[in-house]
Amino acid sequence: MELLISPLTRFEEIGAPLMELSTTLRHYHTSYEFFQWVHVPVPTRGSMGGGRIVAGLLAPHPPHLVYAENPPQNEPIAECGWETLRWGYERMRKELENIDYDVIVILSPHWQTYIGTHFLGLKNFKSLSVDPIFPNLFRYHYDLEIDVELAKMIHDEAKSNGLSVKMMENPDFRVDYGTITSCHLTNPAWDKPIVSISSNRSVHYYSVEVMQEMMIQLGEATRNAIWKSGKKAVVISSNSLSHRHFVSESEIPEDMSKEHITNHSQYLWDMKMINMMKSGKTKELVEMMPEFTEQSVAETDGGALTWMLSSLDFPTYPATIHEYGTIIGTGNAIASWNTNDERRKIKGVSHE
Amino acid sequence: MSEGKVVLGLVVPAHPHPLLCPEKNPGWARLREAYEQARLIIEESEAEIILIYSTLWISIIGHQFQGLKNPEWVHVDHDFHYLGSMPYKFLIDTNFAENLCNSAKSRGLESRVVSYNGFPIDTGTVVALSLLNPDNRIPAGICSSNMYSNRAETIVLGKSANDAIKRSGKKVAVVVVSSLSNRMFTEPIKPHEDKIHSQKDDEWNRKILQFLDEGRLEDVSQLSREIHQQIRVQKVVSFKPMWWLAGVMGQHNNFSGKVHAYEPVHGAGCAIASLIPISDNVENKEYDEDDVEEYKGDREVLDIPKFEDTVNFSDDEPEINEIKNVEGSLSTTRAPKPVGAYPHARKVGNLLYLSGVGPRQAKSNAIPGGPIRNLEGEPLNYDMRAQTIACIENIKTILEDSGSCLEDVVDVTSFLINMQRDFKDYNEIYADYFGEIKPTRTTLEIRGLPTPIAVEMKVIAKLKD
Repeated sequence: MELLISPLTRFEEIGAPLMELSTTLRHYHTSYEFFQWVHVPVPTRGSMGGGRIVAGLLAPHPPHLVYAENPPQNEPIAECGWETLRWGYERMRKELENIDYDVIVILSPHWQTYIGTHFLGLKNFKSLSVDPIFPNLFRYHYDLEIDVELAKMIHDEAKSNGLSVKMMENPDFRVDYGTITSCHLTNPAWDKPIVSISSNRSVHYYSVEVMQEMMIQLGEATRNAIWKSGKKAVVISSNSLSHRHFVSESEIPEDMSKEHITNHSQYLWDMKMINMMKSGKTKELVEMMPEFTEQSVAETDGGALTWMLSSLDFPTYPATIHEYGTIIGTGNAIASWNTNDERRKIKGVSHE
Repeated sequence: MSEGKVVLGLVVPAHPHPLLCPEKNPGWARLREAYEQARLIIEESEAEIILIYSTLWISIIGHQFQGLKNPEWVHVDHDFHYLGSMPYKFLIDTNFAENLCNSAKSRGLESRVVSYNGFPIDTGTVVALSLLNPDNRIPAGICSSNMYSNRAETIVLGKSANDAIKRSGKKVAVVVVSSLSNRMFTEPIKPHEDKIHSQKDDEWNRKILQFLDEGRLEDVSQLSREIHQQIRVQKVVSFKPMWWLAGVMGQHNNFSGKVHAYEPVHGAGCAIASLIPISDNVENKEYDEDDVEEYKGDREVLDIPKFEDTVNFSDDEPEINEIKNVEGSLSTTRAPKPVGAYPHARKVGNLLYLSGVGPRQAKSNAIPGGPIRNLEGEPLNYDMRAQTIACIENIKTILEDSGSCLEDVVDVTSFLINMQRDFKDYNEIYADYFGEIKPTRTTLEIRGLPTPIAVEMKVIAKLKD
């Protein structure tokens, strides 16, 4: 069934519950002001579906932010450090407090797979995560729950889209520190299950362009699976922007007098990307991704940002930039795309 | 203590298949058999340490060395998790790890020892150590592969490992863990479908193996960039293992080589080859602009440099008078240039008296571990361990060029500019070198030295008959 409605149509008028309808609207215009009529497929009552992505997050994972916070799970102790970025995460968490969600779906570049995309496929993982680059900062005891059902649904959806996928069901597997860091900073209570997706390194075998195509497919599969699941999901792209590290570390890691962007060109690239996020130009951002990735050695090569924006169907409304800052020379932006905003429901994540 | 040496070099693959499921494919089984042959060769070599360089242990902040005595974990590969888990417990020579780290620092490399429970040891190292040293009979050293390091830096890293091996006094088998062509199939395959990803990859692999079989390590090292272009996935990390291996074993082709197996693993080219040093073979080393002794790259990007690797002494450097045929006086170009009218050493009877020797490097004047102050006289942080190592290495060079050696030193006088800060580090390094030689020693704190160094030592040694 398909209806022709205006953005001002009340949900009740077309006989669908609010949540269901809001997940099925699809936009056909390019600005976030929605003054036009749109075609909306509406699910019939009793069919599966109704799940939706309630927010997309860009949540970088430098272990420094966890280290500086001194949570009980992490062994090393810090005096301070990277406060502005940590305050940015606080603002993002505040925003999430007002968003109802069931599950976090995250893609981290530090679970690198070369043979397809993999999904954690067991209910629980508990172990110690030690960052191989910064073991002095991050030795984190984690105990996390996986939404295996949703993971399998995304896996199946991606498979039916032609992607190579695999469930990871080895209980001894150690969850990567990128996933743990981003999840901790987003939801330190760890009271939501997660779906953890590996970073397929097609970029190494082929090109950034091929990676993008695969991640766009994976994003669509994620969106469709979430809709089918009936769950409300937060999707997280766990990565920094420009990623040229310092190659030496301060004697005191949290010595903020040493912190700055590695070079000016990286800063310019980061600002270019952030401005596109702020102006809702996510398709343009993705088109520019190969150049950005190459020029700034960006961690976007792992595909997480492309995947996340694709899962949101490339928002044309502005992202909220909670903070930008550098960590050991890399550029990090904390951003959110809140699809619950009333004006964005019509633009939000949809399903055909 | 006699000088340590490399007795054997090995190239082994990183994939877990020969460890976890050799029975599933005849090629993987042959790799497993070759691993066993390599294990026996290590035994025959009487190696006392196995030193691993794995391309799968990526570091960014300089170079890392495993420093935990008994790292223990159950490892699972990121891609091949379905093949099973890899429980391990290894034995690490922690003194050797410190030695490797200090040697790297003394050649200007950012380095550190990592010693943490649960530190992730990479798949390649786990496979290699599990198969080459299953009973932990031989302690191991493990060093990382820095993702940014270029050829010159990687060769310097190799040379620093060789310094550490010599200083250890032990026989060492060095192992690089790396596939040759590393393009894997991006889709799952059945074990019986395994083959080298492309004919081109196979041809290049065979060329590399032909060279290794002929003992031509330096030739492979010099071809590494081309190999990377031709048969490696193009990512940030280039094909570095042969640079490092040549740096450790010697940049030449004087080896007896043997290829024990060459098989595909999920499309990648995996081989096990051995190299045993011999006195001569094919001598055809080309001019090599990357063959440097110290790392002096521009990788320092923090605001305040930790050290300046070249110091200009022109303001306070006395004129150096020529030492003209004074009986028994000796100088060498391999030691730092004197800053006054004195020789490096002087023979009297059967004794050799050395002038005070600091850590400066012979040609560059670089101070390993960094100078104690900058040109404006402002104090700088410095690494006493690296300075002490460099100081003793300079002494060793002068002794050797004068007909003596470190083992024949009978008396040492040491001058430190900050006893409270530096004595512990100085004392530990001193013990590494002189602990078994046991010369008499006097250590003094003084207000300053003519160059911005923290330590100077003066020795008396016996001359060889």
